[in-house]
Amino acid sequence: MNAETTKLSTLVGSFLGAIGDGSIYFLRDLGRMGIFLFFSLISIFKRPFRSQELIKQLHFIGTGSLTVIFFTALSSGMVLGLQGVYSLSKFGAEGMLGSAVSLTLVMELGPVLTALMVTGRAGSAMCAEIGIMRISEQIDALECMAIDPFRYLISPKVLATIIAVPLLTAFFDVVGIFGGYLAGVKLMGVNAGAYFASMEQSVTNHDIRLGVVKSFVFALLIVWICAGRGYFVQQIRGAGFGAESVSKVTTQAVVVASISILVFDYLLTAILI
Amino acid sequence: MEKNQNPQEYAIRFVDVVKSFGTRDSKHVVLDHVDFSIPKGQTTVIAGGSGQGKSVILKLILGLLQPDSGAIYIGNKDVSNMGYKALQDLRMSFGVLFQGSALFDSLSVFENIALPLRERTQLDESAIRVKVAQTLKQLELEGHDQKFPAQLSGGMKKRVGLARALQLEPEIVLYDEPTTGLDPVMTREIYDLFTSVQNRLGYTAVIVSHDIPQVFDLADRIILLNKGQLDVFGHVDEIISSKKPYIAEFAEKTLGLARETEIKGE
Repeated sequence: MNAETTKLSTLVGSFLGAIGDGSIYFLRDLGRMGIFLFFSLISIFKRPFRSQELIKQLHFIGTGSLTVIFFTALSSGMVLGLQGVYSLSKFGAEGMLGSAVSLTLVMELGPVLTALMVTGRAGSAMCAEIGIMRISEQIDALECMAIDPFRYLISPKVLATIIAVPLLTAFFDVVGIFGGYLAGVKLMGVNAGAYFASMEQSVTNHDIRLGVVKSFVFALLIVWICAGRGYFVQQIRGAGFGAESVSKVTTQAVVVASISILVFDYLLTAILI
Repeated sequence: MEKNQNPQEYAIRFVDVVKSFGTRDSKHVVLDHVDFSIPKGQTTVIAGGSGQGKSVILKLILGLLQPDSGAIYIGNKDVSNMGYKALQDLRMSFGVLFQGSALFDSLSVFENIALPLRERTQLDESAIRVKVAQTLKQLELEGHDQKFPAQLSGGMKKRVGLARALQLEPEIVLYDEPTTGLDPVMTREIYDLFTSVQNRLGYTAVIVSHDIPQVFDLADRIILLNKGQLDVFGHVDEIISSKKPYIAEFAEKTLGLARETEIKGE
């Protein structure tokens, strides 16, 4: 075997090795995260319940996100209103604006944008908080005191996210529809009766249910990925150590959660529509 | 375990324990078939260089890590073969003081100390208040109960960490590098505090520390770790007189250096 062949086989070997190593890491990480999700969901039902912490988390994730959700929803609704009038006027169908705005918001933009906003605001904070607790041994301290960290730390966040995100989505839908009304009816002169009548005729329970299911699934994705990455901050490859690891993992968690929301949005739409 | 000794006299026993990290190709053996025992009611100091497995021993004792082989007995229970529930119950008999104190940033001093009582006992709030107040007094923390960890000095954090560790009246207290980041005066104060509290409560203490030779003053026995093996000494003089090359080197580097410092200081 000549030198070039040896070099080539070494290169191929290390390439295949890297793929295998990466695959094993991915599977291990997925397994770890799967177990995390399982224990997180189980811990919701474990006593004693931390009701005060749940209220605190609801306030942080829910009430705290109202401002950003309000402006995102108003802006989205108004843009939809303007774009809708522009597009529908080509077919003389401005009267269908209410239908276009409300269906887009209820089935798509409401759940997706709400989830993305909550990921950016509360998911990142959740990941950083748990990550810091991990690197400063606070989670180890809980385990050493025989306190289940899933029940004590994770379950209030899981429950609060699952409750808050669908409610925020409903708030987003309402504000968005109002935004569409402002732009379409008040600014562009579409008939108000036609706006609301077309909405009432086209939005069915099935559409609302699709939006609600999406918001529940997205809530679970946010808390699973963000809390899970923080919890395993020391086991994530390439994250480094200390404060650097928390910052890197928080960024990674927001990116992964956001992409997962978009992927699941498509999958859920394809399955449930 | 030392020969001809009764297992009941020991709080912790490691029997032929092996613990390694890494993959099959690049395995790092931290503990290589080690045996040792920690007697009840005494203070054992575990010393050794960085990466020699000192903290691994603590995690094995707590069941946070599992050995590759061998058995670890806490009393007469093998922690390496224990289910989750049994492990949780066993952990109630431990108190742990972490390197960085591991206090909960969002909780006040009072809430930090009260946490194990609120979560792991059936005591009502008034009883908890009384018990925490007693501990605050014992550890000279009165007046600091409403402060948050960020408002405390390093020494105060250690006191609060110790107060929390003692709330469930543990039989064994583990200290992981308890004086890291403290100045020599504060280190001395903390060690005096450890001694007085232990004398009063009578628990078994295991101290992992780099703080050599000061920490040896507390020790009833000393365990030195080196490359997966360990040696047990009854007193620091035994370390100095040891003929083993790595122990002689350890003594020269740590104890010798310390003597020079003392002379310079004088």
